[in-house]
Formats: sequence, C-alpha cells, structure tokens
Amino acid sequence: MSLLKPTPKVCSWTREFDNPGSLATYVANGGYQALRRVVTEKVPGDAIIAELKTSALRGRGGAGFPTGLKWSFMPRAFAGDKYIVCNSDEGEPGTFKDRDILRYNPHQLIEGMAIAGYVLGARVGYNYIHGEIWDCYEIFEAALKEAREAGYLGDNLFGTDFCFQLHAHHGYGAYICGEETALLESIEGKKGQPRFKPPFPASFGLYGKPTTINNTETLASVPWIVQHGGQAFLELGKPNNGGAKLFSVSGHVNRPGNYEVPLGTPFAELLAMAGGVRNGRKLKAVIPGGSSAPVLPGSIMMDCTMDFDSIAKAGSMLGSGAVIVMDETVCMVRALERLSYFYFEESCGQCTPCREGTGWMYRIIHRIEHGQGRAEDLDLLNSVAGGIGGHTICALGDAAAMPVQSFLKHFGDEFAYHVEHKRCMV
Amino acid sequence: MATLNIEIDGKALQVESGKTIMDAANAAGITIPHFCYHKKLSIAANCRMCLVQVEKAPKPLPACATPVTDGMKVYTRSEYAIKAQKAVMEFLLINHPLDCPICDQGGECTLQDLAVGYGASSSRYQEVKRVVRDKNLGPLIATDMTRCIHCSRCVRFGQEIAGIMELGMAGRGEHTEVMSFLESQVASELSGNVIDLCPVGALTSKPFRYSARSWELSRRPSISPHDSLGSNLEVHVKDNKVMRVVPRENEDVNECWLADRDRFSYQGLNTPERLTQPMLKHDGQWVETTWQEALEFVAGKLKSLPADRIGALSTPYRPAEELYLLQKLMRGMGSGNVDHRLRQSDFSLDDHAQGGFWLGMPVTYMSRLNRMLVVGSNLRKDHPLMAHRIRESVRWYGELNLINAADDEFLGKVHAKRIVAPSQLAAALAGVCLALAELKNQPVPAIAAPYLAAGSVADDTAKKMAASISSGETRAVFLGNMAQHHPSYAQIHALAQEVAKLAGASFGVLGEAANSVGAVVVGAVPHRGALGQAAIKGLNARQMLAQPLSAYLLLGVEAELDTHDPVTAMASINAADFVVVMSPYKGKSLDYADVLLPIAPWTETSGTFINTEGRVQSFAAVVKPLGETRPAWKVLRVLGNLLGLSGFEHNDSQEVLREALGDTPTGNVQGFLSNEVSGVAAIPPQAIDGLERVAEVPIYQTDAVVRRAPALQMTRDAALPVARMHGSLIEKLGLAENGRVSVRQTASALTLKVERDDLLPETCVRVPAGHPLTAGLGPMFGPITAEPA
Repeated sequence: MSLLKPTPKVCSWTREFDNPGSLATYVANGGYQALRRVVTEKVPGDAIIAELKTSALRGRGGAGFPTGLKWSFMPRAFAGDKYIVCNSDEGEPGTFKDRDILRYNPHQLIEGMAIAGYVLGARVGYNYIHGEIWDCYEIFEAALKEAREAGYLGDNLFGTDFCFQLHAHHGYGAYICGEETALLESIEGKKGQPRFKPPFPASFGLYGKPTTINNTETLASVPWIVQHGGQAFLELGKPNNGGAKLFSVSGHVNRPGNYEVPLGTPFAELLAMAGGVRNGRKLKAVIPGGSSAPVLPGSIMMDCTMDFDSIAKAGSMLGSGAVIVMDETVCMVRALERLSYFYFEESCGQCTPCREGTGWMYRIIHRIEHGQGRAEDLDLLNSVAGGIGGHTICALGDAAAMPVQSFLKHFGDEFAYHVEHKRCMV
Repeated sequence: MATLNIEIDGKALQVESGKTIMDAANAAGITIPHFCYHKKLSIAANCRMCLVQVEKAPKPLPACATPVTDGMKVYTRSEYAIKAQKAVMEFLLINHPLDCPICDQGGECTLQDLAVGYGASSSRYQEVKRVVRDKNLGPLIATDMTRCIHCSRCVRFGQEIAGIMELGMAGRGEHTEVMSFLESQVASELSGNVIDLCPVGALTSKPFRYSARSWELSRRPSISPHDSLGSNLEVHVKDNKVMRVVPRENEDVNECWLADRDRFSYQGLNTPERLTQPMLKHDGQWVETTWQEALEFVAGKLKSLPADRIGALSTPYRPAEELYLLQKLMRGMGSGNVDHRLRQSDFSLDDHAQGGFWLGMPVTYMSRLNRMLVVGSNLRKDHPLMAHRIRESVRWYGELNLINAADDEFLGKVHAKRIVAPSQLAAALAGVCLALAELKNQPVPAIAAPYLAAGSVADDTAKKMAASISSGETRAVFLGNMAQHHPSYAQIHALAQEVAKLAGASFGVLGEAANSVGAVVVGAVPHRGALGQAAIKGLNARQMLAQPLSAYLLLGVEAELDTHDPVTAMASINAADFVVVMSPYKGKSLDYADVLLPIAPWTETSGTFINTEGRVQSFAAVVKPLGETRPAWKVLRVLGNLLGLSGFEHNDSQEVLREALGDTPTGNVQGFLSNEVSGVAAIPPQAIDGLERVAEVPIYQTDAVVRRAPALQMTRDAALPVARMHGSLIEKLGLAENGRVSVRQTASALTLKVERDDLLPETCVRVPAGHPLTAGLGPMFGPITAEPA
C-alpha cells in the first residue's frame, strides 16, 4: 500500500515498510506529491475545502466536527499573521493513535499541515505534542529536519512564493492542554487553562491571531484526500462519516493496539481483529471513545458499527476512537473510581463546578469502593455530576460528569450492591 | 453601533451590539449574581455564578461573557437558570469555611449575601474541607486563603490595573492557590484595592483586622488629603474614631480605586503624637493652656512686630478655607509674606504666569491620550492613580515619552526616554524643542535658542520623542513634581510650553499635593490674591526661609521635612524670635515653636480641596475634633478678630469659600487656571561640576498624616533612605556596593548605605528628601560629595 493508490489505510499504511517514518519511504510511495501539485499548480483553497466537505472528514480528536466546515470559518483573506496548529496533545486515557502517526508516519502530518497552511494562508504552524511521549517529539523534530532539508518546509517552496515554517512544541503532560484554547495558552508560555468562547480561535487564536486547530489524524488525512479526492475518502467510510479511522483498542482483548478500519465497520469485527475478549471471557462493557465517553454495556456495543452516528445513537461518543474493552471480571465501581481520579487530578481549577465537583465525585466513589458508601450516595453522585455538566468553561467538566452518569445508568445495581454489602459484586 | 432588540426576564431592551448580557442586565437594573465579573477588569467567566438561560442555547450561558444577539431571549430567574446558579453556589460553598462570625468580610461579603439567595441551609458535602496555608502579603493585606473562591479578581487587578502581576494562581484543580511569587510581598502602591475586589474574606485589610464589624460603622463621605487627584473617600467611623477608609466611586476622579496612601493614612490620625491642647513655651518648658490665653498671646506678639518681619507658611495639604484666611490675615496685617510652595526653589515664574497652574485637561482625558511627554516625574509614586490612567492610555496603544533624572519603573511600555542629571533636564527638553522645530519647519523658539547656539542639536532620542508627540490625535505634555521643585523650573516650564505648542499638544502641570491648585486659587502666594486679584505682595517661601524673619506662622508645616532646603529653613526658624505652629501633631516643633495650636486634620473639619484639574471638592468633618483641637479656619478667624482685622466674621467654612471663590466657585476657578507663561528670558542652567543630588520625596513621607501611619511605614516604599548611584560611580569613588558612603551637601555629612542603580546618570547620587534621616543634608538639588565612610 502507499499514498499513490487509494487504500483503506489512510494514516497507517507506512507500517508495512521497514523504515516507516523515514522521508525516503514516504516520498518513494507518493509522499509530498499532493503538496507539490497544490502549490505549483496554485490550486484554489476553496477547491480543497470543497473536497474536504465532500469527503465528510470529521475531526479525529474527539468532537467529530466537520473539518471542511472548520477550515471555512478561517478568515483566509485576513492580511496579518495566521496560524495552523496541530493538536498532538494526546492525553485521554485509552487513546494512543496520534503517537503512532508521529512515530510511523510523521511526514504525512507535515504534508497535511503544509497543505493546511497553503489553504488557510498561514505561514507558520505549530505541532503541540503531549509531554509524556517524549520519543515522539524527538522523532517528529527529526522528521521536521528532514523535511526542511528536502525543501518541503521553509521559504519559497517548489520555487513558488509559498512559505511555510513548522515548529514542534512539547507540553508537559497536562491533560487540559489537549483542550484547544488551553493548548494555545500553553504555546504562548502561559498556564494551560482554557479560554472562554466566543471568541473562537478562528478569529482570536494563537497570539490573538486567526488560528485553525486540528487533530493529528485529521491533518494527516488531508494529503490522502487531496491525492485521491473527497469522494474516494467518503466512499471508504459511510455517508457523513468519511474515511477510515484509527481505533486504539485496549483493555481485556487478546491483541490490544491500533487498528485502522473504515468508519462503519461493525464493532464485532474490530473486536475480532483485536483477538477477541481475553481468555474467552464474556464482554461486559465498552467505552467506545476514550475515557470521557459514556460507557456502553457489551450487548449494546455488539450491535453498533464504529462511526460517529451509530455510537451517538447508542448513547455514547466515538470520541478519539479509543475503545476500552472490559470483561466480566471488571468491578465497575473500581473502574469509575480510577476514571474519576483522573479528572479530579487533571481539572485545571479555573472554573468552579469542575474545580470543586471533580474532587467531590471522586471522594464519594472512593468511599463507595471502600465499603463506606451511604444509601443517598448514588443520587448525590448523579446530582453532583449534573451540577458540573454543561456549567463549565470547557468540556473537561462534561468529560468528568459523563462517565459517572453512564456508569450509574448502566451499572447502577453494582453501585447499590457496593453500598449495601460493603463489597464487590464480581 | 447597531442597536439590538433583546429580552431579559420578559423585559424588552435595546442594547448596543458588542455588549454582554451582564451589561444589558446592569443597565436595565436586573441583578445577575456574580463573583468573578467586575466592570473594570477583563472577563474571566470562571465563577459560573452568572449562568443564565438563553433561548435556543443548549446549556446555560455565563451572562458576563455572552455577547447579546438580536432577538435573544434571556431568563435570569427561570427554574433552569436558578438550578444552574444553585449548583454553582453549592460547589463554591463545599470548601468554604463556615467562619463568618469571625470573618472581617462578614456583613459585606458577596458570598454571604448570595448564599442567602442561592445556598442550601445544610451542606450535602460530608468530606474533609480544604485548608489553604495563609500567605504573608505584607503589612497592608491580611490573608485567610482557605476562604478563597478563586475568582481571580486580585490576579487580574495586578495584571490589568496595577501594571504588575504580584499575585498569581499557582497549582491546579482544587489545589489552585492565589499566591505571590516566592513569598514576596505585594508592594504595588495600589495594592489595597484587592481588599475591595475580593468578594470573600480571603483578602482583608490588615490594619483594620478584627477592630470592628462592618454594620457598626457609619459611612461618611470625604476627600483624600494626599495627592492632587482628590480621590473620593468613604470614611468609616465607630465611636467617633476613624476605623478605615474605602473608595467612594467617582468615575471622573478615582473611578472605583484608591491608592494605598489614601486608604491607609487614616492610621496617622489616631496616634499618641496628636496635639490635643494649646501649649505655650514658658522659660523653655511647655505648659498646656487655654485657647483664649494662647490666641491672645499670639495676637499680642504679632501686633508688636512689623508685619513684613512675619512670615506665614502652610503646606499645600491644608483645606482652601484655611489657606484663604491665612493670606487674608497676613495681608490684613499689611504683609504679603505668605506661601505654600515649600519644596519649590525657583519662583521666577511668579512674574510671568497668567493664572494658576493646573493639569490642563480633565483627569478623565488622561486615560485616552495617544501621545504623552512627561518631564521630571516619578509618576507611580507621586500620582498613583493618574499613573494608572496613563498606563491605560499606553495599553490603548498610546506612546509615553519620559524625560527624568531617575529611571523609575513605570510598569508600562515607554516609547522613548531620556534619563539625565537634573542640571541637564532643561537641555534635554530643549533638544526635543529643537527637533520639533526642525520637524515642523518652524523657527526655533527663543527659549530654546541658546541651546542651539551652544552647539546642541537634536539627537535620535529627541527626534523620536518629537515625532511621537506631534503625531496621534490626543497629545499632552506634563510637568511632574521634580520639574516643579527644580532650581530652573521657569526654564523647564517655558520650554515645555513651547514643546507643547509646536506639537499641538495640551500642556499640564501635575499638581504636587491635594490642594496645590487650591492654595494658588485662594491667594496663598506672595504675588497675588484670591483668583489672581491684585494684593499686597511679599516674600515667597524661599525668601522667607533664606534669612531669619522675626516671626513665623506655620500652618501644618513640619519645616525639617516639608521644605526644599531643610538646613537653611531650620536655621532661620531657630533664629526667629517667635514661632507659632498650628498642627495636629507635636512632632519636632516641640523643639523650635513658642506656641503650639492643635488644629484639626481633614477628618475633623469641614473644608475644600481643589484638585489638579480644578475640581472644587468640599467635605464635611467625619468625626469630632480630638481633645481641644479646633478647625484651623476657626482659629484663624478668631486670631483675625483678636488682631482687630475686619472681615473675619464667617459662620461656617462654606462662607469662607464663597468669599474666596464667589458664588460659582467651579467656573471662577476654571477661568483663573492657565499654564501660560510669557516673557521668560532664556537662561540655560549652569552646569554642575562634579556630582549632583537627585532627590525625590518618598511616597509615604509626603505629609504629616502619612508619616505617622504605621502600616504604610512598614512597606517597602517606606524603607530607610539609601544613597543610590551608578555602578561606575561606585567604582570610581572607591565605594563598595551595599557598603557605606559619607555624603555631604551644605551642612553636616551623613552616612548611608550604598545601593547600585545603573539606571541613574553617572554623575548623580540619589538620596531621598523629606525623610527624617536625610533632613540634615541640604537642598533637594545641587552639588553633593560622596566618599567612603
């Protein structure tokens, strides 16, 4: 497989080669041809945005926002500085796909960002890389060096007047910096705290300039779409859910790892690719889109296909595509305690409901898990989660509340058992 | 601006586009609960208390941060909105201590008030509450950080108003804490405002701590007696004692802010050093006496002396009525020896000035200037809130240019600056004048001509300043305290006037003290009477103190600290036969006075201050006079009667004011104010061979009340004076950094600590004036020697 032919592997095709992340591998298989064509033939930006809209490419970072639409918000005619920022701050528990793109296919991301820079009129881009995947930061820096030396980044690319500088920037591992405006604050050297919106980054972003922020996988999909057309990408997946997507399958499966499959693939198929539930045990529950997505019982999941619309219909989110599989041995109270601790620990503390509420929820769940739950605790938990959700500056509050609400909804009896018997059901 | 039609709680409103729901609600008198929102600060939207229901919005929106859109329907008190607000209140309260009974904020606490409306009567939170270690922020601000609700108002105040981020939010999640960097103290001269801003009891007033409950206090309006802004105050009184001072909002003057000097100086009112009984010196011994006896003694003594051998001096911190009666008394006796310009040294403008010097514009204009040139001013310390307004101008892309003898941190962007020795100040200004003439293709003004003749040409900095202040839409040139105290003030003033004219800028003098303008307006100057009327002329402050007179009448003056040259001043006063001191304090006057008359500080008398923009602000007494203290205007009235003078029959201070300023004081004052001078001959200042002194009056040494305010005296701004000099000078003189140096002017030598300050000109030694430690040194300007101690 390669970028030259339309394949069902959009971002992970280099894995078949010996030196998957090298410039040589990438270029030999059609890499940077999309960028070269767009820049030298002066393809109008509108045409590329139209292709993106056709492709039904939706943001791969979690929210699933249509990429073509997002790019069209950018005031491309604005004469001053504009920025393109890649969000590689992959910190959500369960998610480990972007780091593989940085590791095994960094040049496709670089090409995608350069095309974005060309379309959006940004001369400078930043790739913000999570602080806990240092090796990926180093690999990406090395790829940047290769690309600069080969003339794919820098001034007057391919002899035209198009200039694009790309910089890697690593954070220090705060989950909140994956929130796009906190990420911008962090690049600016400030404490990573979300800004309130509006204004949105498209009008007031990095250093107060118009900025477009996309996920790593989203930007890496762009060269594929430019190469083969939006229609081909759309046809990979299903209507309104174009293309293939990386799913990070983790938990109680025999072969955890990243699997790139077309959107719309049945969950059962994905589970089989990952070797099925470990030791032949029964599937109990799945968190289909990273730790902040509501949990779904296994029975519901087995009827779902892996795309934005199907999972949303089932009551959860496809999110970043992190599929956390839990078998019958899992204590759901213990699992939620762990998740709640994460959000308690990662709340930035800026706004009241999340700062005060995440710790409160964790303490209640911790109490239940340790046999000190009270009869009123389940209602209290639901109420506290309801007090956080929808009341905060950014989505971290919602992300903390949703697991709590969904665990109680689907596995409330386990919590009640814990409260009553001071011990675990499983 | 387009007008949008919106609806809040069923009330149809018309709102300008760009406004938020909070703005619209405030304008319509609809209260939306909030903590982090403050009209003068940036929007943080972090407390979430102002969540409201907006039709078609998928979730409640913060009113403070949501712009209105046409047709928007907002519900602030719907079940949906109240549910969100109550949820936020519950979160705010779970970790907030229940210590209202011992909290100074109790009774005036936003959290307490809103908890009544939105809180539950018992908590559902059963876990251990958070405890946060208190921080030591210095002598002015007390902390109880466990009470903090993280609204970030104090942090934003530092960044946006005070100009320096002394407080920040460290930590994350529920471990977030407001703290200063590495335990340092909050030292901004505006720091006390965070006490007002804090919606809970986390930051409270340290001097006021545990001394009264807010509901026990009577709130009485007053005017600040310190800098020339005339900040509006609310004085809080309990049992006839001033307990604290807070700002009284006046958008045209101090907005909702107060400088620390205005806020904490009240402590100086309640000191044991207060003079509470008239006193006479008998055979070198002080004896208490009655007013009758004291005033008869003073009147008898004054009558026995030739009027032109009597000198009357007042500080510019006294109310206008007192200053008016003082000059009326002197002129009634037949002498024009009256002045209030104690720190001025060049009085030659008295022959050239058309009116009284003033700011040249309303104070509010200072917030929206595009181009500024400030000459000889330590802006932040001399005029804390006017400096804030200039910072605001700079934040709105205004360009500030500075010419000064010391490079004090302005806490804002400075476009161009020139730091020169005081003797070079006029030349530096002349450089800008020459550059402007060249730029505008105008002839060189006569006042700047000698500099051109002496081979002086405009250098790049002068050209940069000239280009700056002649561009932009609103321009101003200001003279600061240091310029006014300068031995070549007339030259500097005349040059600045030409610079302003060439640049098409407005020209202003930043008044030194609360009543600097008022004193000139009511005629407490030797060259003219009230509102510039012709009057008996006499000696100015420098002349009165240069040679001993027979008698001195001192109104609020602490001569060893308040004068330009305390050594000469004290020599003359000590040599006088008869010295009457009218003051609220005993102080050093116990050594040199013959009669001590206890007069009321501003809180114990009615009176009027006229601020630097000519705003006439009268105030009433807020407490009864202490002991036998009397308002000075009454004392002067009785003295006038005892001296047999006519026209001393006033029944109240307003009658005095009417006599001085007529029935329309504001209009009459405005009509008299002018910075125009004409006919000043060009006399470039003499170069000083060797070292020269740079002196500023420290912010908390400006007047008698501040000097006695203990908390202010513990701040960094009140640190002991040191001798600052450039590193190369320290080396050249064979001194050691942080070692000792012996400095000498006209009188005795003084040993001070050496501190290195490479921002000073290399020929200058900076030693503060107005401080007891440096009072024996000599004049504020001129030659100084320094050698290893």
